[in-house]
Amino acid sequence: MKEFALLFRFADMDVSKLSPQQFQEIAKKWQDWAGGIVSQGKMSSNGMRLAMEGKVLKAGGVITDGPFVEIREKLGSFIVVKAENLEEATTLAHGCPVLDQGGSVEIRPVMNYN
Amino acid sequence: MRESLKQLFQQEFGKMVAVISKLYGLENIGTAEDIVSETFLQAAESWGVKGLPANPAGWLYTVAKHKALYYFRRNAVFQKKVVPELRARSDPASHTEEMDFSHEHIRDSQLQMLFAVCDPAIASEAQIGLALRVLCGFGIDEIAEAFLTNKETINKRLFRAKEKLRTANIKMEMPEPEAVPGRLENVLRTIYLLFNEGYYSRSQDQILRKELCAEAMRLGLSLTEYPVTDRPQTNALVALMCFHASRFDARTGTPGDVALVLYDNQDESKWDQAMIGRGMHYLGLSAHGEHLTSYHLEARIAAWHCTKEDTREKWEDILRLYDRLLEVNYSPSAALNRVYALYKVSGKRVALEAAEKLRWENNHFYFLLLGDLYTGVDTAKALSNLQAAYDLAKTTAERQGIGEKIAALANNI
Repeated sequence: MKEFALLFRFADMDVSKLSPQQFQEIAKKWQDWAGGIVSQGKMSSNGMRLAMEGKVLKAGGVITDGPFVEIREKLGSFIVVKAENLEEATTLAHGCPVLDQGGSVEIRPVMNYN
Repeated sequence: MRESLKQLFQQEFGKMVAVISKLYGLENIGTAEDIVSETFLQAAESWGVKGLPANPAGWLYTVAKHKALYYFRRNAVFQKKVVPELRARSDPASHTEEMDFSHEHIRDSQLQMLFAVCDPAIASEAQIGLALRVLCGFGIDEIAEAFLTNKETINKRLFRAKEKLRTANIKMEMPEPEAVPGRLENVLRTIYLLFNEGYYSRSQDQILRKELCAEAMRLGLSLTEYPVTDRPQTNALVALMCFHASRFDARTGTPGDVALVLYDNQDESKWDQAMIGRGMHYLGLSAHGEHLTSYHLEARIAAWHCTKEDTREKWEDILRLYDRLLEVNYSPSAALNRVYALYKVSGKRVALEAAEKLRWENNHFYFLLLGDLYTGVDTAKALSNLQAAYDLAKTTAERQGIGEKIAALANNI
């Protein structure tokens, strides 16, 4: 089993129009989706989340405030799953609720050289 | 967890919007709503994946605080770069004050928000919409359903209301003590409108309608917790709402049946006696001071209606109360109800004389009352009035009820 990070990128959407009921439905989708991965014994880590603020250091010592307002899809959080290969990890990503909201899931192998 | 995010939204949305708006100003109320909504979206994801945190409300406050700080700091950077002249004005980044989510501060902020929303500068329809949104955490689609209109209309209405908050320079602060009674009048009026929106709504969504009533009662009760707003008229309004609400289940027949069960046909055992008791309690608290408001009178009339038994004393008192009510606050519907009380006290002929004087000829309740009063007195007139009521009735349920009366009367000729 290898590890893969599933990175959730959220589309810039107007969340103010969502109703209490819809928030609950979205939570349920996340729960069902993540629960499916857990029940297959394939959840490796679900603990990480990136904060809103941050800085970006560029060549020449240029520091900017990030993360970048202009970016349409902002990186929110990520989980790490266990899978045999990239294809299987990608299959696990199917049904991720971020896709319903116009976002995307990026699937990246976690490198382990030990 | 499945139930609780929705409930948490309804409980916490208004509190968080009030606290953020208090710190950053009412002109940022739209941003405050966005920040809180984004917080809930993050909760949906994070809690869905990781499970419910130990203290969900605390989690929401912390995340919202971070999001707000981030937003307003970034916004301040933007303002400095792009519109330097704005720097001279209030700079949101200068808020060094910590966002305070203590119980007391939440309560104070919500009360100030209530006063701001009920500012007379805002049109009453927009007030109810805005109250439902920012005080009660209702979604746009629920507000649209409650008003039987579409989301676009509600969005436009809310947008205009928020514009008004800004252009009229309405602040989140408690009015000066001497201004409280006048301002409180607007607040109570909006709360009562909100209650009526739920109680008399033509929406078929019973749960939604009950929630509207419950929210109005919650806002009314919150006013009784403050010495400055805990006035006789506040308690009278709370009592009035309790009495009405006690009949909520009795007046809505079987589930799925939209027709209202008229008072005379209601099953008394379905009246909520605990609610009636609470009403009596607040009615007692309302009975001091020198000001007799329409809420006092309406509450006392409603209290009588919690006793189904017809006695002469009951109807004589109701008639007197309607007489006073018309002096304090004339309304065609109160005048119509007075005629009914008059009929109970003095009989149909006296009531008919009074009814014919009202000439409220674009209203089906008026013709319905005339139809009922003429029944057994003059069948032809009874039928023509019932027909007029039928033609003016607004809902199929009402039309059905009137149709049955016409059929019964026609069969007896």
